[in-house]
Amino acid sequence: MKPDKAVQQQKELVVKSRTENLSDIRNFIQSTAKSIGFSDDAIDNIILAVDEACTNIIKHAYKFYPDGEIIIRLKYSNKKLTVEIIDYGSSFAPDTIPDPDLQQYFNQKRVGGLGMYLMKSLMDDVKYSSVPGKYNSVSLSKNLATQVDNE
Amino acid sequence: MAEFNATVTEKGNISVINLKGFLDAHTAPALENTFAELIDKGKYSTVVNFNDIAYISSAGLGVFMAFIEKMRENKGDIKLAGMSDKVYNIFDLLGFPLLYEIYKTEDEAIKKFSENK
Repeated sequence: MKPDKAVQQQKELVVKSRTENLSDIRNFIQSTAKSIGFSDDAIDNIILAVDEACTNIIKHAYKFYPDGEIIIRLKYSNKKLTVEIIDYGSSFAPDTIPDPDLQQYFNQKRVGGLGMYLMKSLMDDVKYSSVPGKYNSVSLSKNLATQVDNE
Repeated sequence: MAEFNATVTEKGNISVINLKGFLDAHTAPALENTFAELIDKGKYSTVVNFNDIAYISSAGLGVFMAFIEKMRENKGDIKLAGMSDKVYNIFDLLGFPLLYEIYKTEDEAIKKFSENK
């Protein structure tokens, strides 16, 4: 089958919910995003957003249970990359998590919530969906066009 | 697995922590240990050198949040230095420049400790 750039393609990586797998996840994103034609800066941003999403899943959805499954599914065309990340851990209501106020965090010695804020800042679109007791999914999208229009 | 290490060099009464490699949720505990050991030794004046850092996530940034108050309570500080633009941008996005002193070079950060006395 010849790859056609206009057609949406798909790739998947499945890893256990362990922080030692974060580097494999980053390498997986790096190679695919590069092949699609994203700039190095955009690739760095996508990698960080995906790392933050997976770190949150390991910490909060699986609460460091090491044998949970994390599915990282890339859907991409020549215009857009969407990274869908699925887990089978505890659900949460993303709308209830406010953007972090660093001064307040500092006073309360809290460090959570930074990851979600980074994801929203670094990607063009972040969507959560979840069926409690079944699965959670977060979709992170980046348009290829938004980083080319420098003129 | 991500490679990371933190090495401490004493420069006068300042502890310089040199970071190397990838600082993520997997490697952040190693840096937490480094800070905890410095506190055990009563060393509260620290400069973190980011020259050799290839990557940092919010788990890494969280380490500086966790220890800054302890250092300042004891008349010390965590001053940050040597960040690439890429690494600085992440700190900036999360508002760190308001709460932390960030310098271009390690020497500059070290000098600030003596100026503030």
